[in-house]
Amino acid sequence: MEENKNKSIIDKIWNFFASITLAVVLFALIGLTSIVGTIVEQNVAPEKNLKLLAKFFGDSNAPAFYKILDSLGFMDMYHSWWFIGLLLLFAANLIICSLDRLPRIWKLAKEAIKPLTDEQFKNLGKKELVLKGKPDKVKETVGTAIKHAGFKFLEAKEATGYQFYSEKGNYTRLGVYITHLSILLILGGAIIGIIFGFKGYLNLPEGKTYSVAFAPGGFLSREEESEMEAIIERLQATEGNAKEAARQFGVDEKTLRTKMKRYGIWPLGFSIRCDNFLVDFYKGSNMPKEYRSWLTIIKGNKEVFKKSIVVNDPLTYNDVTFYQSSFGMVPNAHGEFIMKITPKSGAPETRQMHRDDKFIIPGTDLQGTLKDFSPALSFDANNRPFTFAEQMNNPAVFLEFSEKGKTKYSGWIMKRYPQTWGLPDGHTVEFVDYWGVEYTGLQVRKDPGVWVVYLGCMVMAVGLYITFFMSHKKIWVRLLEEKNSTRIIVALTANKNRTALEAKTDKMMALLSKSDGGGKQ
Amino acid sequence: MNSSTLFGISTMAYILAMIIYITYLAFRNSQVGIAATTVTIAGFVSQTIAIVIRWTEHYAQWTMMSPESTFIVSVLRSAPLRNLFESLIFFVWCLILGYLIIELKYKTRSFGAFVTPIAGLALAFIDISGMSKEIEPLVPALQSNWLLAHVMMSFISYSTFALSFSTGLMYLILKTDKRTESSYIFWTVTSGIFIVVLFAMGLDYLSFGLAIKTPETLIKSYLFKASFLNKSVAVSIFSLLIAVAFIFMVWKYGHILKKIVGSFSISAEMLDEITYKSIAIGFPIFTLGGLIFGAIWADQAWGVYWSWDPKETWSLITWFVYAFFLHSRLLRGWRGKKVAIVAVMGFIAVIFTYLGVNLLLSGLHAYGSLE
Repeated sequence: MEENKNKSIIDKIWNFFASITLAVVLFALIGLTSIVGTIVEQNVAPEKNLKLLAKFFGDSNAPAFYKILDSLGFMDMYHSWWFIGLLLLFAANLIICSLDRLPRIWKLAKEAIKPLTDEQFKNLGKKELVLKGKPDKVKETVGTAIKHAGFKFLEAKEATGYQFYSEKGNYTRLGVYITHLSILLILGGAIIGIIFGFKGYLNLPEGKTYSVAFAPGGFLSREEESEMEAIIERLQATEGNAKEAARQFGVDEKTLRTKMKRYGIWPLGFSIRCDNFLVDFYKGSNMPKEYRSWLTIIKGNKEVFKKSIVVNDPLTYNDVTFYQSSFGMVPNAHGEFIMKITPKSGAPETRQMHRDDKFIIPGTDLQGTLKDFSPALSFDANNRPFTFAEQMNNPAVFLEFSEKGKTKYSGWIMKRYPQTWGLPDGHTVEFVDYWGVEYTGLQVRKDPGVWVVYLGCMVMAVGLYITFFMSHKKIWVRLLEEKNSTRIIVALTANKNRTALEAKTDKMMALLSKSDGGGKQ
Repeated sequence: MNSSTLFGISTMAYILAMIIYITYLAFRNSQVGIAATTVTIAGFVSQTIAIVIRWTEHYAQWTMMSPESTFIVSVLRSAPLRNLFESLIFFVWCLILGYLIIELKYKTRSFGAFVTPIAGLALAFIDISGMSKEIEPLVPALQSNWLLAHVMMSFISYSTFALSFSTGLMYLILKTDKRTESSYIFWTVTSGIFIVVLFAMGLDYLSFGLAIKTPETLIKSYLFKASFLNKSVAVSIFSLLIAVAFIFMVWKYGHILKKIVGSFSISAEMLDEITYKSIAIGFPIFTLGGLIFGAIWADQAWGVYWSWDPKETWSLITWFVYAFFLHSRLLRGWRGKKVAIVAVMGFIAVIFTYLGVNLLLSGLHAYGSLE
C-alpha cells in the first residue's frame, strides 16, 4: 500500500515533467519574461533604467518600481536564479518528455512492415489499376516499377496473387529526438563555458606587452587597488604564471587565485604584444574599412606566434581567443612619428622622430623640422587648419623646411593622402604612422564549451532536416488475379507529407499503365 | 535603367496587383485573376532585375574602393543585403516568390488579396519612413561570409512566416462565427489595430513628411504625433475615439469579410495545411540561418555566441512562438483556431524582431542602428 502510494507520487512527478502542457507553459513563460529583459536594459547603471521607468510610471513612482524590479533580479534577469531555473526546468522537461515517448516511437521505427489484410486495404485510401496478363506475368514489371520508385520490397504469396510491401525512412521518426538532444547539447556547452571559461577584455597599447586579461569588476578601496596592482605586476613579470607568482608572493596558489578572481584578473599563461594598430579607410572616403591589430604571442621570452587580426578574424593561442573589438587613444601618450624620406634621386630611408626633431633630406642641405601634429586634420572655409576628432581619423604632421638657416617652405603632410607627401623640390616625405599612442581593444575569451555548442548546432541542423523534410513511408501493392488480367491495388501511409508520397505513387502507376500499352484505371 | 526606377515600378506593380486581387476576390472574374497574376509577375521580374543591378552597383563601388579583393570576395561582399532598405526589398521578393509558387501549386488566386498587401505595405514603409537607399561601403563588422547566409536565410524564413500569417488570418476569418468568440475578437481587434497603426503612420508622414529623415526620427520624434500623441489634447482624444470606433466597426462587420472569403473555393483545411507547411519550412530555415548562423557569426566577430541582446532575445522569442505552434498540434484540443492564433502571433513577433527592436527599442535606449 505504502509502496503503491510512493510509486504514484513518482509517477505524478514523471507525468508532470513528461507533459507537453508543461513544455508549452515553459515556452510561454520564457518568452514573456524575456520580453521584459529587452525593455529594461540589462547590466547598466541604475540611472538609465530609472529614466526609462519614469517614462512609463512617472518620476515619483520610478524609484519604487525600480526597487521591486531590482529585487526580482530584472536588472540582470538572464542570470537571475528564476530565469536559470526556468531554463533548467525546460531542460528537465525536454529530457523526460523525450524519454517518456522514446520507447513507443522506437517500437514504431523498429517494427517490421507486414502484409495488409483485406480489411486494412479497405481502410487505407487506395489506388487501383488493371494490367493485362496474369499476376505471374506482370509480377516482374510491377516489381521493377516499385524499385524504380526507390523502394526495396518483400513479397508474400496470396490466394489470388501476390502482395508486395515495403517501407522507407523508419528511423526518421527519431528526428525529433535528435533535435531535442541538440538543444541539451547547446545548453550543456553553455554551462561548461560558464563554469570553466573566461570572458574579459584587454586594452593593449601599441608596443606594450601584457600577460593578463581583465573582467569587468566592482568598486575597490585604495588598499585593494594597490594589492590588485601588485598582483598584476607580479603576473606580468611571470608571463601570467599564477603558480610562479604565488611562490614569489609567498602564498599558496589557491589564495592568490581567489584574490585574482575577486579583482577580475585573469592570467593568460603567456604574453601578448601589440606591434601596431591601424584603421584603414575606404579609398577616398572617411568610412572605416578595416580595424587591424598586429599581435605577437611571447612565451619563455620568445616570440612564438604572430598574426594580424581584424573584426571577423580573431587570433587563437592555447585555447585563448583575442577578438578585435574596439580601439582608442592612450591618454597622455607620446609616441613616435615614423617618416619615410625619399630624396629626389636616392634610396628611401625610414626615420623615427618626436615633435620638434630635426632631420636632413639625405644628400642635400635641406633640413626639416616636425613642428606640429593633428590626429584628425581638416580645413575650415577660410582654409585654416583645425582638428575635428580625437581619434586618428586623418593624422597629419606640419613640417617646416629650411636651407642654410633660411626657411624655404612648410606645410601639412597627411598620412592618408599620398598627394601631400611630395615636396616642391621633388623629394618625398611619407608620414607612415604616429606609433605608440593608440590602443587596440581586444575581447579575450576562453570557452571550452564552445565546441559542444557547435556540435549541438550541427546535430540540430541534422535533426531539423530529418524532422521536417523526411518521413516514414510505407507502401503495399497487391496483385489480384482477374480474368486474363491483374488488378493492381496500392495502399500507402506516411507519417508526414503524404501528398509527396501519393504523387510518387501516381507517377509509378502512370508508368505501369503506359508500359502495359494503355491499360485502363 | 537604374535600380531605383525598377524598384519603383515593382512597388507600383504590387500595389496595383493588390487592388486587382481584391477586385478578383469581389467579382471572381477569371480574366481579372489572370491580370492580377500578370501584374504580380511583372513586378517580380522588375524587382529581380533591380536586385541584380543593385548588386552590380555595390560591386562597382566595392572594386573601386578596395581594388585588392579577389572576384569572389567582391561579389560576396557586394550582396544587396546590408541595410534595412535592402533587407525589406529581399523580404518582399521572397514573399512574392513564395506566393507565386503557392498560386501555381494550389491553382488558386484567393491568397493574392492577402499576400500582396503585405508586400505593398513593406515597400510603402520604405518610402514613408524615409530610410536610406544610398549605396554605402560595408562597415568592418559586416565583412563576413556569414552575412549572406545569415541574412538570406532569415528573410526566406520571414517570408514563409508572412505566408502562414496570411493563411492563418484567413482561417480565423473563415472559421469564427460568434462576435463573442475569443478567436473572432482576436482577429478583428488585431487587424483593426494593424490598420489603425498604419493609417496613423500615414498621417504622420503626410503631416511631417519633409522633416522625417530616417526611420529612427520617424519613430522617435514623429510617431503618432499627428494623431494620438498630438500636442492638442482635443486632437489626440478625437483620434483615439476614431481608432476605437474603427476597431469596433471591424469587430461589428467582420462577418462581411467572412462571407467574401467563404464565397471562395478555399477550404479551411487547405488554409490550415498551408499555414502548417509554411511554418514547417520556415522554422528549420530560421533556426539554422537566423539563430545558429547568427550565433556562429557573433562568436567569430565578438567572441560571444549568445549575449541576450534585444535582437537575439526577440529572435529566441519568435523561435519559441513557432516551437509552441509545432508542439501545440500535439496537444489535445489545440487544432484549428487556437493554432491559427499562434501562427498570427508568431508573425507579429517576427515584425517586432525585425523592425521593432531596431526602431522602437532603440527609441527607448541607445541600442543598435539601422544596419
